[in-house]
Amino acid sequence: MAVSDQRPDPDQLLAQLQREDAAARRGRLKIFFGSNAGVGKTFAMLVAAHAAREQGRAVRIGVVETHGRADTEKVAGGLERLPLRALSHRGQALSEFDLDAALAWGRDHPGGVLLLDELAHSNAPGSRHTKRWQDVHELLAGGVDVWSTLNVQHLESLNDIVGGITGIRVRETVPDKVFDEADEVVVVDLPPDELLQRLKEGKVYLPQQGDDRAERAARNFFRKGNLLALRELALRRTADRVDDQMQAYRRERVERGQGAVWRNRESLLACIGSTAAAEKVVRSAARLAGQLDVEWHAVHVETTGTLGDAARQQVQRTLELAQSLGARTAVLSAPEVAPALVGYARQYNLARLVVGRRERAWRWPGRRSLAEALSPLAEELDVLQVALPAPERQPLAADRPPLHAGLLTRRTLWGCLTALGSVLVTAVLCLPLVGRISNTNIAMLFQLSVVGVAWRFGRAPAALAAFFAVLAFDFVFVEPRWSFAVSDAQYLVTFAVMLIVGLVVGQLAAGLQAQARAAQERERRVRGLYAMSRDLGAALVPEQVAEIGARFLRAEFGVGAAVLAPALAAAPGREVLSVLPGAGTQPDLGVAQWAFDHGEPAGQGTNTLPASPCLMLPLTAPMRVRGVLAVQGMARRWSPEERELLDTCAALLAISLERIHYIEVAQQSTLQIESERLRNSLLAAVSHDLRTPLAALVGLSDALRLAPPALSVAQAEVVDAIRQSALRMSSLVANLLDMARLQSGAVQLRRQWLPLQEVVGSALACLEETLAGRELTVELPAELPLLSLDAVLIERVLVNLLENVAKYTPAGSPVRISARVSGRQAEIDVSDSGPGLPAGREDRLFDKFERGDREGATPGVGLGLAICKAIVEAHGGRISAHNAAAGGACVRIELPLGQPPQGQDREEA
Amino acid sequence: MGAARVLMIEDEPEIRRFVRLALESEGLEVFEAASLQRGLIDAATRRPELVVLDLGLPDGDGLDFIREFRGWSQAPVLVLSARDGEERKVQALDAGADDYLVKPFGVSELLARVRVQLRRRAGGADADPVLRFGPIAVDRTRRVVTRSTEQGSEELHLTPIEYRLLQELCNAPGRVLTHQHLLKAVWGPSHADDVHYVRVHMANLRKKIEADPNRPQWLVTEAGVGYRLKT
Repeated sequence: MAVSDQRPDPDQLLAQLQREDAAARRGRLKIFFGSNAGVGKTFAMLVAAHAAREQGRAVRIGVVETHGRADTEKVAGGLERLPLRALSHRGQALSEFDLDAALAWGRDHPGGVLLLDELAHSNAPGSRHTKRWQDVHELLAGGVDVWSTLNVQHLESLNDIVGGITGIRVRETVPDKVFDEADEVVVVDLPPDELLQRLKEGKVYLPQQGDDRAERAARNFFRKGNLLALRELALRRTADRVDDQMQAYRRERVERGQGAVWRNRESLLACIGSTAAAEKVVRSAARLAGQLDVEWHAVHVETTGTLGDAARQQVQRTLELAQSLGARTAVLSAPEVAPALVGYARQYNLARLVVGRRERAWRWPGRRSLAEALSPLAEELDVLQVALPAPERQPLAADRPPLHAGLLTRRTLWGCLTALGSVLVTAVLCLPLVGRISNTNIAMLFQLSVVGVAWRFGRAPAALAAFFAVLAFDFVFVEPRWSFAVSDAQYLVTFAVMLIVGLVVGQLAAGLQAQARAAQERERRVRGLYAMSRDLGAALVPEQVAEIGARFLRAEFGVGAAVLAPALAAAPGREVLSVLPGAGTQPDLGVAQWAFDHGEPAGQGTNTLPASPCLMLPLTAPMRVRGVLAVQGMARRWSPEERELLDTCAALLAISLERIHYIEVAQQSTLQIESERLRNSLLAAVSHDLRTPLAALVGLSDALRLAPPALSVAQAEVVDAIRQSALRMSSLVANLLDMARLQSGAVQLRRQWLPLQEVVGSALACLEETLAGRELTVELPAELPLLSLDAVLIERVLVNLLENVAKYTPAGSPVRISARVSGRQAEIDVSDSGPGLPAGREDRLFDKFERGDREGATPGVGLGLAICKAIVEAHGGRISAHNAAAGGACVRIELPLGQPPQGQDREEA
Repeated sequence: MGAARVLMIEDEPEIRRFVRLALESEGLEVFEAASLQRGLIDAATRRPELVVLDLGLPDGDGLDFIREFRGWSQAPVLVLSARDGEERKVQALDAGADDYLVKPFGVSELLARVRVQLRRRAGGADADPVLRFGPIAVDRTRRVVTRSTEQGSEELHLTPIEYRLLQELCNAPGRVLTHQHLLKAVWGPSHADDVHYVRVHMANLRKKIEADPNRPQWLVTEAGVGYRLKT
């Protein structure tokens, strides 16, 4: 492979950027980490919380278990608590941490710290998440800082080691990811002797359990050997974390410095069997992957599709565990395990395989362990073997479909009868042949009937047929005939061979049938998916997509389903889901909304709101989450294949919804562009047709004075009047057209960063004649920043305002333009010293056709100020008018400041 | 030397009529064309010293005329445009037009612009190395800018960029230079998006040159289009 050794993996860079980005918004998690109960984690957390509060941070107790310890109680007493939420489960009143209240508190107190004891706690049934660490996850995502406590035995990957040391397995575990991604870990350490002393003094909480045995077990836990081992584990795990941080830091440095060697990552593949012991393989692989800092996959290979339900569920549990420990998981279907694993490992470039190894008392000769089967296939792969514990019971017995259950199916019953019948028929048919053909060939005919039964009905009837065939052959054909006695001992060999061949053929046929059935099933599903994707391709509205999805799921799994999608017009972030028509179930909108907002599955079978009767899958399309697929729950768990099919279905629905969304967006914008074009061309035509004659009028009246002979004074006055009227008409037309444009939204602001002084200057230049003879004051502070304005339009605003001043104030009275920065706004005042505004009409001044002086003889329809208002508002600003205290009117324009471009281009001399 | 020839391309007969009246009163020889095609033919055959061009012609875009005309003539082009067509004005100026007039315009405005253009044409570029406007004198050989006061004259200290900006305007007195033109001339083509540079330095230049930078007399802003040195 031509790979340069300096290759920065783009995915990795992206992941790092995303991590940094997400970390900026996320809350920070601090974990007080200890080796076991009683070392004082909660106490340490509370003391630190007091210190934080003294530094001015908001601190609130979410949940803290004091276990009645006096000193802890005292420290906790000084801090405010968040009220707990009351729950009732099966008539029992429970109280549990209130996640929503905590999120709300976090929003109100940015930078606040929430204390949540016991990270590994399992929430009461009916809570949103099953585990407290999931609550913490959501709190962090909501920007709340969380402090929590954790014991080493609750770490998922160390769970079995601690169990092995202490003999006590804890059920409540926290994925290592949570621990590794915590922003800070504080080790709370206490030497074992001191801890034992505290235990003696009764300062350590032990579960109050009625029966003596449990208490003795708990006391047994606090043996010095255990405590030493746990302490070492806790310290070493923290040291690993620090080491990881160090490595991450170095990697970061190296990546930025771009001087590094990029090693190929030797990732791991954990190979998972169908027994509970496979969980050990998963945990070992997770630990190893953590130490090597590589990613890892966990894969189960299904060979014949003959696993029982219990075994399938075990596989699924193991895969879920692997996922929670950070693995990518897959279920492969292949005739043989070893080649499938090797193929997968090569496909994903996984250099090490982790497999389980169980010592057996004996093994079929020629049958090899998985590791032995793997090594000749792939010499370049390392195979690591993990010793598996001896099974506590024969797990296979439970995994196989129970025999009696199989017997009772009609098909098997029918098969057994047929087996009997076919053996009988063979015997009867062969009767006349006795003496004509040798007994060997008669045995062959029996064999044929056994094969026929096996081919048709599978394992159990085949075995039965083989057994009967041997009996019938012996009874009818072997000397002495009509008795089960055998005179020639050679026939014993024949019987044995007949029986073995019958059984083997039956087994093989059954396997073939199962594979054929699985293949048929797969094909049926693929065909179903194919048909669905074809239908989706033709769907034009979301309702059709919903209906197609529901139809597919009903046909495939026989369950009701519904698609929920937000309304098209909803603004991002505020979308409310509604059920699209064609639904086969009535889902819980709250659960669906959660799945939609978080982009994660929720409801039955997941860790979030598992009590909901529906499974909610977010419809995640390439651009964003487009909706939620709600699937009615089934009585059993979803098998991995079914979940995969469901996920595929959800992905197809999501892509279709997105496609429809963009079709609509495209149609809308085409429509908008069309109508805009029409409006613009209409306005342009009107504007041209009105203005051209006016321009001619102005010009011609000028020309009249130039052309000889010279006009009389009276004539010259008439010509002047024509000219003035034409000019006024022209400005009126301009105002009307501008108003029409602004109102229809056809005006595109051509905003540029410019000094206000420039616009004021060009506006004043336009009005040189109008303002002649007035005392003009312009006060623009030097520190006024650049503003993002459309120069032409803002010039219009100023010109209109100043023209108004000229119109409504006595000639020669002073005018003042001033500006200042006020907060995030620039304020521009145009004030005069005229009679001021009519009281009470200040706001209506900016309405269309409003004039300052209704009865006055001053010409001009009041459009000027309405245009000013439209322009200023298009800039995101405000315009208002008031009478100044010192007399005269003042119009104030407020414009947002924005972020002027940097790089003021220092002179490069 | 005979009367200067002016070609007017305008589809409105009324406007043609008064422009012709105005120009002839100034002693110029006027040719009229009512369409773009006709205008191009006349421009080639009559060899006008000035073209007055309406941008909105029935048979084509006035911009096309400018581009074609600039291919073989340096005669000034004065564009007539609607009031709200800043973008068109900028396009026309960038294509090679020299100045513009907004409809409706009076005869005196028209004649003033025509005179500026014809004078520029007659004077040529290499006339006086010292350009004077108001109290300001720009000596382009010594690269010195002075302001004459009652006590004599004082030298103005311009930064290199301010000087280049002023020099660019002095090279085309009376003519509108677009922001893009100035950016390209002073900063080079790589700064096409930094229009605010021009504005900021122009404001500084005004502070040094204008008596009242809030009401500039010489360095005039044409809103949405560019700047003009009024002489």
